[in-house]
Amino acid sequence: MSIVNAVIQGILLGGLYALFAAGLSLMFGVMRLVNLAHGAFAVLAAYGALLIVRTGALNPIAALLIIVPAMAVLGFVVQRFILQRTLGTSPLPALLVTFGLSIIIENTLLLTVTADQQRLNLGSFDTAAIALPGGIRIGAFPLAVFVFALVVLALLSLVLSRTQYGRLVRAVSDDPGTVQLNGADPKLIYGFAAAIAFGLVAVAGVASGVQTSFSPSSGSLFLIFAFEAVIIGGLGSLWGTMLGAVVLGIAQTVGAAIAPAQQILIGHLVFLVFLAFLPGGITRQKALR
Amino acid sequence: MTDLLSRRSASSTQRVSRWTPSSAVGTSAGAVLIVALAALPYLINLATIYAMIDLFVLLILASTWNLLAGFGGMVSVGQQAYIGLGAYSLVTLADLLGVNVFLAIPIAAIVSALVAIPVSYLAFRLVGGYFAVGTWVIAEVFRLVTIQIPQVGGGAGVSISAMSGFPRDLRIAVGYWVALVCVVVVVGSCVLLVRSRFGLALTALRDDPTAAATSGVNVDASKRLVYLISAAGAGVAGTLIAISTLRVQPSGVYDVQWSAFMIFMVVIGGVGTLEGPIIGAVIFWLLKQALAEYGSAYLIGLGILGVLFVLFARRGIWGLVSRRGRVDLFPVGYRLRLPDQTRRKQ
Repeated sequence: MSIVNAVIQGILLGGLYALFAAGLSLMFGVMRLVNLAHGAFAVLAAYGALLIVRTGALNPIAALLIIVPAMAVLGFVVQRFILQRTLGTSPLPALLVTFGLSIIIENTLLLTVTADQQRLNLGSFDTAAIALPGGIRIGAFPLAVFVFALVVLALLSLVLSRTQYGRLVRAVSDDPGTVQLNGADPKLIYGFAAAIAFGLVAVAGVASGVQTSFSPSSGSLFLIFAFEAVIIGGLGSLWGTMLGAVVLGIAQTVGAAIAPAQQILIGHLVFLVFLAFLPGGITRQKALR
Repeated sequence: MTDLLSRRSASSTQRVSRWTPSSAVGTSAGAVLIVALAALPYLINLATIYAMIDLFVLLILASTWNLLAGFGGMVSVGQQAYIGLGAYSLVTLADLLGVNVFLAIPIAAIVSALVAIPVSYLAFRLVGGYFAVGTWVIAEVFRLVTIQIPQVGGGAGVSISAMSGFPRDLRIAVGYWVALVCVVVVVGSCVLLVRSRFGLALTALRDDPTAAATSGVNVDASKRLVYLISAAGAGVAGTLIAISTLRVQPSGVYDVQWSAFMIFMVVIGGVGTLEGPIIGAVIFWLLKQALAEYGSAYLIGLGILGVLFVLFARRGIWGLVSRRGRVDLFPVGYRLRLPDQTRRKQ
């Protein structure tokens, strides 16, 4: 029964990882850029929420109303003024710059808010749970995050498949030059994609801050989990990313049930097994390049 | 191709030379520098000698990371996997198996390269940015597995007793000489590699992978070889860290900060050149000596400087120096000398 419980907790954890992974996946899909500072920006958002919670009367969820737009603007600005300059045939400059950004953010946080572990508090909602037969308890907050992830991914795939902006995004992803010839500005499309990705990562950072503790150096694990979810799911597929996130979540919670304290290693190993035997991911995408 | 180019033309005095005035000066200066460096422990204080070992480690890391990223086009954020593997191989070989500590260094390098073979088959399934994060995950796996092994101290790390036969002063001097030999071998190998026929393939790969493949370069095999060589280099760096600090801790040798340092050195110096990483390593080492006590503020400064270089001076300091035409410190290119003394680049 503890395994069943672990699987259920893993699926819910997958919702959180899907939120982390969606932004990474979106930015790669649109501008072929892997943002190595993805996790660092999530941590930045979590600290932003912490600051708001401490000073004002807002709780972490209400703080999202400020943090998400702020991060979206930051994403737009970072894309237009920094990342845009690094885009080109070689992935090298973008990687170097985003890795540099992650170091700058992590160390700025270390200087300003210390290395202490922090946590965002939601009061009674934190511990509220739905009891199921067999002693399984489903936390209300993880469940809410999972449902929210599903809704966000559904919205995102609707936007990408049905709206004018979505058509532009898909076109620019295939061939930015031709899009520009047709009168649309790829830079603007990239900027909005970055804004959406940063908004998503802000939600993920805050949600993670409620579920577990975080510190300035948490960013690298966030990035790694997002990356593992994307690869397990298969590049270029949003629902694949959701599936990959759930697989990673289950691998970690079941791993923890089998070998306590080894959940991260077991998650990595499951990822490597997927990489070895199913390199296209669950959705079997061929386009790794 | 080398034969073809170096063959003298029968009819005239034109010939192909691999040397330029700058590379002749650079290489002789390098040889003099090595001799001077070898004599250094007799001349200056031990604290500086000890700090110089750190410089040699950085030189090795920068040169081999540059081979990987600058020539192979593979941005790895996971070379610390092999730094750790090298360090732990040395501990295992020298302390647990009783192998001579100096013999253990090349063996550890070979171990790193051998382990890199299966790892490369996994990592090469990813490209670009995903390759970068993939190598990071693999390094994390190395770290998490290492802390499970009680024989090498688990998470707490292990002290090295193989060097305890030497008195302290001699130990530092010996560590310095060993590191100097390693740096000469590794940087020399990088120069010879780039100068060789394989280096020509690598340079083509650096400039345009597709065109290189069309011209008959085996892209996959070349990249894999570069990956193995870089792993061996990082392994050597790991052994030197172990020998000089006398303690190996998982959180230290497997720290992703090593990757940050490698990237910084290569970006500042000039990616895809032989000279750039050397300049970058020296600058980084000087900055570290002067500013490392500032901790986070120092790292923020490094991050900002690195980002500015990528955005505005992508070819690094060496790129700025050699902007007005090609300057080489090492004889790696080909020059066509015509009878009227005008020189052309080949």
